[in-house]
Amino acid sequence: MGELKLMKGNEALAEAAIRAGADGYFGYPITPQSEVIEYLMAEKPFDRTGMVVLQAESEVASINMLYGGGGSGKKVMTSSSSPGISLMQEGISYLAGGEVPCVIANVVRGGPGLGDIQPAQSDYFQSVKGGGHGDYRLPCLAPASVQEMSDFVPVAFDLAFKYRTPVLIIADGLIGQMMEKVELFDQMPRLTDQEVIEKYPWATTGKPKGKERRILTSLDLDPHKLEKHNQHLHAKYNEIKENEVRYELIDTDDADYLFVAYGSSARICQKSVKLAREKGIKVGLLRIISLWPFASDVIKEFTAKGIKGFLSVEMSMGQMVEDIQLAVQGKTKVDHFGRVGGVIHSPEEVVEALEQKIIGG
Amino acid sequence: MTEEIIIAGFGGQGVLSMGKILAYSGIMQEQEVSWMPSYGPEMRGGTANVTVIVSDERISSPTLTYYDTAIILNQQSMDKFEETVKPGGVLLYDPNGISKHPSRTDITIYKIEGAKIAADMGNTKIFNMVVLGAYLQIKPIVKLENVIKGLKKSLPERYHKLIPLNEDAITQGMKNVITT
Repeated sequence: MGELKLMKGNEALAEAAIRAGADGYFGYPITPQSEVIEYLMAEKPFDRTGMVVLQAESEVASINMLYGGGGSGKKVMTSSSSPGISLMQEGISYLAGGEVPCVIANVVRGGPGLGDIQPAQSDYFQSVKGGGHGDYRLPCLAPASVQEMSDFVPVAFDLAFKYRTPVLIIADGLIGQMMEKVELFDQMPRLTDQEVIEKYPWATTGKPKGKERRILTSLDLDPHKLEKHNQHLHAKYNEIKENEVRYELIDTDDADYLFVAYGSSARICQKSVKLAREKGIKVGLLRIISLWPFASDVIKEFTAKGIKGFLSVEMSMGQMVEDIQLAVQGKTKVDHFGRVGGVIHSPEEVVEALEQKIIGG
Repeated sequence: MTEEIIIAGFGGQGVLSMGKILAYSGIMQEQEVSWMPSYGPEMRGGTANVTVIVSDERISSPTLTYYDTAIILNQQSMDKFEETVKPGGVLLYDPNGISKHPSRTDITIYKIEGAKIAADMGNTKIFNMVVLGAYLQIKPIVKLENVIKGLKKSLPERYHKLIPLNEDAITQGMKNVITT
């Protein structure tokens, strides 16, 4: 068994970056995720593993540092919260276009605009429907515990390098700020420069004599070439859709109804499932782990099996619910419930919403 | 066993660290724990509260509406949290600074003169440990030896010399808690 610790979600994310063998972290502080860079600065991974930690002058700088680091085949990461992630969107689009691997964590807070510093899940659209410009997708993992804040970091790096793409970890203020027991995984080695050269033939590791110049760019002024590039990206996204859908089923075997939720809402819904079942309502929980690619097929299967309704529970005015509606195609009841602006719904409110909107509605 | 607790008082009273020590003690005896603070632009003197859950099972929601136990350390928190104790649950409070005492009859109410005891012991900073002792007397969900282990884990080494004082404070809390 690995080392057991009581940690904040943000601290677990930071420690996991070191242990996953990351080469660099570039970030800029913002509540509720400032503990990530605070922890890294205090922990001095430059002494432990040689990992670079740098406070950039802004979020725009840090995302472009990822372009440089990831482009040269290094494992690099940043984190921020909603307004900071908005600032990064241009860079994220370039990273997707240039197929540069990296990990970006968003500890979501209330919005729009500067919003507040309390937990929210209102960045779903931004995360899974683009955010930046152009035809691209981002694999997006949503941890629901401090343990997963740690566990998902190496998973995100694996996805990033397997598919040469930026990967999002999307948490929220609740997951970032709360403390839970976490079992830390053992230190993984950082790749040596030679290993990077051998492993990543696309990386800009210097031009050896007689070899072609490697260029990582999202710019192509020839429309036919750019069309080809888009088709290539699309084929890659289809492969990700095929292989990387992640979800968890909780008490769904005999369920008449399903909550669909991710992150902290999924934790709250687990309590709501217990409360509803005490009242005799057979409800289960489909916990979405990968926001993209989305578990559409699972929802289709439940619909075909005759589930009586889905309630999407999100700390937003209703974003993920649209993807559920797309999968259900009007064949059964779908509705949304969620508190917003940093207010966290209570487990009791969620049960009430199920009774009113799905069972009675 | 699942114990759902709210600890609420002023910032600076050691509310968050009391919760943290309790959570660490749970880990020491291989239980699941969660610690969710109210966070925000609060500062010393403002209100602070933390939800702590200790359980033998995987913990569902880390934020709650109703609690098995409320540990209340100022009037604002009394106004807010007295109503949130589940029927049959426990309310533990320090009467110091409380003007409106709790009045529910469907829960068990306990008092600990934490501030006074800590002052008598010559160190007001161990106030929260006195209150923790009182709580553990009522609900011995974690063993004292595991609390000490938890303290060792959560305190930086340079403060380990203070652990015996903290242990005394817990013992004093255990001895002096009374039912109202």
